[in-house]
Amino acid sequence: MRFFRSSRAGVDPISGEQARAAEEDVRRTVSATERTRRGWFGRMSGVFSRSSIDDELWDELEEILLGADTGLATAEHILNQLRERASAGQLRDPDAVKQALKELLVDLLKGQESHGGKLWSASAGADPPPPPAIILVVGVNGVGKTTSIAKLAHKYVQDGARVMLAAGDTFRAAAIDQLREWGARVGAEVIAQGPNSDPGAVTFDALTAADARGADVLIIDTAGRLHTKFNLMEELRKLRRVIERKYPDAPHEVLLVLDATTGQNGLAQARTFAGIIGVTSILLTKLDGTSKGGIVFAVTDELGIPVRFVGTGETVDDLAPFVPEDFVDALFAE
Amino acid sequence: MFDALTDKLNAAFRRLGSHGSITEKDLDEAMREVRLALLEADVNFKVARQFIADVRERALGAQVLQSVTPVQQIIAIVHDALVAVLGGEQAPLAKASTPPTVIMLAGLKGSGKTTTAAKLALHLRKQNERVALIAADPYRVAGEAQLASLGKQLDLPVYGMEGEKQPAIAAKRGIALAARAGMTAVIVDTAGRSQSDPEMMAEIVAIRDAVQPQEVLLVLDAMTGQEAVNAATEFNAALTLSGFILTKMDGDARGGAALSIRSVTGLPIKFVGAGEKVDALEAFHPDRFASRILGMGDVVSLVEKAQQSIGEAEMQRMEQRVRSQKFDMQDFLDQYQNLKKMGSMSSLLGMLPGISALKGKLNVDEIDDTFFKRSEAIMLSMTQEERRSPQIISGSRRRRIALGSGATLQEVNQLLNQFTQVQKMMKMMSSGKLPGMPGMKIPGFGR
Ligand SMILES: Nc1nc2c(ncn2[C@@H]2O[C@H](COP(=O)(O)OP(=O)(O)OP(=O)(O)O)[C@@H](O)[C@H]2O)c(=O)[nH]1
Ligand SMILES: Nc1nc2c(ncn2[C@@H]2O[C@H](COP(=O)(O)OP(=O)(O)OP(=O)(O)O)[C@@H](O)[C@H]2O)c(=O)[nH]1
Ligand SMILES: [Mg+2]
Ligand SMILES: [Mg+2]
Repeated sequence: MRFFRSSRAGVDPISGEQARAAEEDVRRTVSATERTRRGWFGRMSGVFSRSSIDDELWDELEEILLGADTGLATAEHILNQLRERASAGQLRDPDAVKQALKELLVDLLKGQESHGGKLWSASAGADPPPPPAIILVVGVNGVGKTTSIAKLAHKYVQDGARVMLAAGDTFRAAAIDQLREWGARVGAEVIAQGPNSDPGAVTFDALTAADARGADVLIIDTAGRLHTKFNLMEELRKLRRVIERKYPDAPHEVLLVLDATTGQNGLAQARTFAGIIGVTSILLTKLDGTSKGGIVFAVTDELGIPVRFVGTGETVDDLAPFVPEDFVDALFAE
Repeated sequence: MFDALTDKLNAAFRRLGSHGSITEKDLDEAMREVRLALLEADVNFKVARQFIADVRERALGAQVLQSVTPVQQIIAIVHDALVAVLGGEQAPLAKASTPPTVIMLAGLKGSGKTTTAAKLALHLRKQNERVALIAADPYRVAGEAQLASLGKQLDLPVYGMEGEKQPAIAAKRGIALAARAGMTAVIVDTAGRSQSDPEMMAEIVAIRDAVQPQEVLLVLDAMTGQEAVNAATEFNAALTLSGFILTKMDGDARGGAALSIRSVTGLPIKFVGAGEKVDALEAFHPDRFASRILGMGDVVSLVEKAQQSIGEAEMQRMEQRVRSQKFDMQDFLDQYQNLKKMGSMSSLLGMLPGISALKGKLNVDEIDDTFFKRSEAIMLSMTQEERRSPQIISGSRRRRIALGSGATLQEVNQLLNQFTQVQKMMKMMSSGKLPGMPGMKIPGFGR
């Protein structure tokens, strides 16, 4: 049983045997971020063709970061560090600033190795929990939770796992149909009740079914909810309790899905979801557009929750591991 | 909605007002704060820069520095500038000279198009239109089922793709069928797409050409970051938009995107989506939005809502009680029950002036509906006499009330303390001394 066990330093959740597939993933990340690079760091070349480090350089760098949705706090945090080093004479030209910026960005993204997740971190990979691995997927409306679940399920099925999906979104129109259809496409059994049924009851059913039928992985879909909705967040807390009652060790991962198009509200989302049900990993979707997804810098910086995956399209293959080095390299690639 | 922006501006202006007369340097400092707030609110950095430059110039021109009330003046200038960017009058939906009126929705993935299609349909039906939904999204998994389910929920006809792969053809056919069935308005739900995808943009242009819409609306998520400007600009370039609908405004997204898209396209924001349910579609009022941004709260909305659900007579009676400083626990209970008719607590609190300023001290999230239900139960366990004269509620009475309502003694005490606070606030309000609201007039409360 391989649950995306890490092959190196926990940053690559794809198993070693899948080196070829991993390579393909890197290619996807690169091509997905290529647009980002063209749009964002494409402007970098202009900046770094300057011959000296002056105020305009700093202004332009700030705008580049702001334009990527990093937020002002993060942008200032990064640039102040660079400024200090520049005035201490450690950075002599714009090229050196570029190199240092790259390093700082990578450092920021690395976040923490693990944030309590038991499936996708390096340490967890060495000692996986007994099946079923239970993954709870949460996020605000329309970010791509259900599609991402299909992609994850597909990876696990390819890995030889028996995967089950729980249709915990009983609220949105045709949310159950959507998960059923995805389940059928990727070969994962879907446990569902009718529309407007109790998500807790669906989850309980799914836990029982996963146990009875020897599932390796159970992924629980939840309705999109704005983090400001008290009652809906309480409902998630309840859902978590339902899971814990049956499997005290679970959920093994609580995956927060963030949309790369999201601006500063993404930080509030991460903060609140993390505070209320404890998020262990982040999946960043819709990176195939021109969106920069820069909010993850702020999220990892403040909360230390690792970004594990990126969504790069609408098909089940459009999922790649999030590798900070590759991500930033791809952004800077000429 | 713009809560955090509000906090920031208030903070900036508090600092500005704290050392009496202000200098040009102070003004720059305040403008810096405003800029930070705008950026945190996801206003596009270029738009923010322009906005700040405008406001600063106007502040200098208006001789704010010499004024005895510089803070109020700057607030007024910022407010006016916000209103100017957000747009003037409310823009109505266009109508076809020969029905059906065709409204087409476009937007990024997951922005809320399909949900908004249903909301718009309901809105139009309330205006006596005969409305149908037209599917033009062949990609989204169970997308048609979603539209069909919404149609069923509202009892509206839905014209599906019927196996047709090309959305332009399917939509055109659907509209023809709808017209034959006597529909006077149709809403075309297209697939989500990125403006950077040339094939998908070509597809939506083809749909537009096939359905000849009177309205082409870009449905944009209020949480969108800097990308909002790119989406608005490029969808507009491809489709010639007629306006925007901003969704998911029921959260705490600061919605700076609204400022950005208005200022780069000049197109109106026609509606705001503020909930997942099909009736959660609201008109966009630029002036109210600007007020909200400045921490003045959306008092107009609140009063409108109150008038609708509570009724004029009851509101006047309450006002009379407050003004004559006779507000007792019975009134408190009546207020609770009135508020309950108006909707959820969190949505109401968001509209109140000063709430965002209180946020740090008051845990607004704790004030949920269960809390109110518990308080109501406690009050209902009191006798009429106790409610009229709460000061008679002794220790033994408190224990009896706790037992009767299933609350703890501590909760009963808490509520009584809370009531005393409210009474104090009501007294201040009736004498016009409520802090933090310089020159604020609450409609219905005094002149
Ligand atoms: N291009 C692209 N589209 C994506 C990606 N992930 C999701 N989507 C699209 O985003 C839209 C919303 O996806 P869903 O999976 O339904 O989102 P959700 O979070 O489950 O939505 P709710 O359950 O309604 O809150 C769909 O059109 C998906 O195809 C991605 O990585 N790239
Ligand atoms: N809270 C809130 N949720 C909303 C609002 N409008 C839409 N949603 C939710 O956002 C999610 C996506 O809505 P959809 O209508 O499926 O979005 P879409 O743009 O049609 O998505 P695609 O067709 O996949 O591009 C759903 O969970 C909706 O319930 C709103 O105003 N407030
Ligand atoms: Mg979903
Ligand atoms: Mg849709």
